[in-house]
Amino acid sequence: MNGTIALPGESKAAAARIGKWRLGDPLFKWLTLAMALVVVALIVIIGFVLFHWSALARHKFGWGFLVSSEWNPVEDRYGALPFIYGTLVSSFLALVIAVPLSLATALFLTELAPRWLRQPLTVLIELLAAVPSVILGLWGIFVMVPWLRMHLFPALRSAFGFLPLFKGPLYGVCMLAGGIIVAIMILPIITSVSREILRSVPNLQREAAYALGATRWEAIRVAVLSHARKGLFGAVILGLGRALGETMAVTMVIGNRPEIALSLFAPGYTMASVIANEFAEATTDVYLHALFEIGLVLLGVTLIVNALARILMNAMAGANVTRRA
Amino acid sequence: MKSKRTLILALLGLALAALVVPAQAQMLINGAGATFPYPIYSKWFDEYAKVDPSVRFNYQSIGSGGGQKQILSQTVDFGASDGPMSDANLAKAPGRIFHIPTVAGAVVITYNLPGNPQLKLDGPTIADLFLGRITRWNDRRLARLNPGVRLPNMDVIVAHRSDGSGTTFIFTDYLSNISPAWKSEVGNGTSVQWPSGLGAKGNEGVAGQVKQLEGTVGYVELAYAHQNQLPFAEVKNLDGHFITPSIETVTAALATAHIPDDFRFSMVNPPGEKAYPIAGATWLLVYQKPMDPAKGKKLVEFLKWAMTEGQKMAPALDYAPLPDNLRQRVLQRIAGIQG
Repeated sequence: MNGTIALPGESKAAAARIGKWRLGDPLFKWLTLAMALVVVALIVIIGFVLFHWSALARHKFGWGFLVSSEWNPVEDRYGALPFIYGTLVSSFLALVIAVPLSLATALFLTELAPRWLRQPLTVLIELLAAVPSVILGLWGIFVMVPWLRMHLFPALRSAFGFLPLFKGPLYGVCMLAGGIIVAIMILPIITSVSREILRSVPNLQREAAYALGATRWEAIRVAVLSHARKGLFGAVILGLGRALGETMAVTMVIGNRPEIALSLFAPGYTMASVIANEFAEATTDVYLHALFEIGLVLLGVTLIVNALARILMNAMAGANVTRRA
Repeated sequence: MKSKRTLILALLGLALAALVVPAQAQMLINGAGATFPYPIYSKWFDEYAKVDPSVRFNYQSIGSGGGQKQILSQTVDFGASDGPMSDANLAKAPGRIFHIPTVAGAVVITYNLPGNPQLKLDGPTIADLFLGRITRWNDRRLARLNPGVRLPNMDVIVAHRSDGSGTTFIFTDYLSNISPAWKSEVGNGTSVQWPSGLGAKGNEGVAGQVKQLEGTVGYVELAYAHQNQLPFAEVKNLDGHFITPSIETVTAALATAHIPDDFRFSMVNPPGEKAYPIAGATWLLVYQKPMDPAKGKKLVEFLKWAMTEGQKMAPALDYAPLPDNLRQRVLQRIAGIQG
């Protein structure tokens, strides 16, 4: 084991001195531990700074901050509820749209696509992840939103207009547009991670399923999907994390109105957006502290949503009796 | 191995030297604040480097809030803000802070109606449009202001800035000045609780929203409207004239606005035949006694230059220069800085 470790630039003769490499293992262990602790420390420090800098707002508004819908910089009265609602709803919409798309894409790429098509398609999808958020946002305003307002939204309204979710005037910018743009942004990450996970399913599993006379779909369902379930769930959680914190592109298409409306065609607002929008010009102390508190709430919501997702994942994995290879 | 390491060390040394040497030769003056005047300020700093090569300016356009905060904590040599500092903030300062107005800008009302007619608006009508009280474009009050214009029977949709901005400050300052209802229900600030409408980020966001949706009305900086050929309304001023926003009508407003001696003024809705009513200045914030007198001296020289030579560059960038009477007063104030 030790003999295989060779650092670039170090001579093989040095690596061969076993005595020196006795130190290597513990050293490596402590080094990785230190790195892992740095990550933990970062989260703690960020949390502490947000907590510290939101003191004025926390004292002034107390827990009421979480349930108040008022956001009035002139009167210095602030509440986070519409932003919490907007963040959760837009992220949920994004998942509803992106998860089936990316899982299907990943399945196609690993199980069904002809070999020559796989690489170019993968590269294209990963290119999508390289598009800067602000560019996507501008594309959102000038291309996507007008198209949605002229075509998709009227169709949705005429088909599902009896539901309160699809009622009201069509401005173009709205909660649903925000959800769609976030879905586009989290597609590549969910797709790439899912693809890696599906690829790691041993071929033996598939062959065993075929040997039992399974059709292609049955083989995918029984041998591949159930085996990869936990990993795929992890991929979705990664996408969710990104969706909750997504800022610029959402800001540009969500309508930025701190209001809780049932209709998905009504404008909304997210926590990350209000921080990006108002931080630079916040002149009073309470205002600034309220924005920091929004950051604190966003951190908290992200942790809670992630924890819930993990609990759900473990529950699902527990119900799954397939033995892992 | 060894030679490689030596080479890297030598390169590092060179890089450090490159960083250190010019810093000794040049004085670096740091500033931070408003984004609205950033184009003219960077032009000024660029041009001024030719006038006085011994000093270099570093300006971070982090927003007015940041500018005020940094000058209060003395982490910069000057701050910049699109609104004057409040008494509460000034009281936190360790020394006396001067407000130095540099240029002014205007806010225009832009809209999207079929055929894009030239609209005429007055203050109370604008306030009611943005309060959500005038909900249809063929409202009687709009029709009375615009005889001969065919106004469509269409919903009014309001677009406003979602990001905190000096543009919003000027616009809400004007609405608060002209409409008691606006003042009591909304008030003025870089961000306000909008009674209606959609929030869009930046001038480009508001303009994009207006362009895409017929029946939308919004407000953008004059410079932005000019550069993008947006339609904008003529606005009735205090003297009863309908004024097209332009550099000249903003400078005219500055000339007749009431400006107190501390220069913390609002210039919305001033008297004067040619004054465009929705305009505002932007300020540099400097200590009367700068922390570093040597830098203070250089800063004073720069400010004098900005008030004279620098002003000539403003119109090309769509900023209104200060009128002569105000410039003389500002120059006197600059002379009072103890560099």
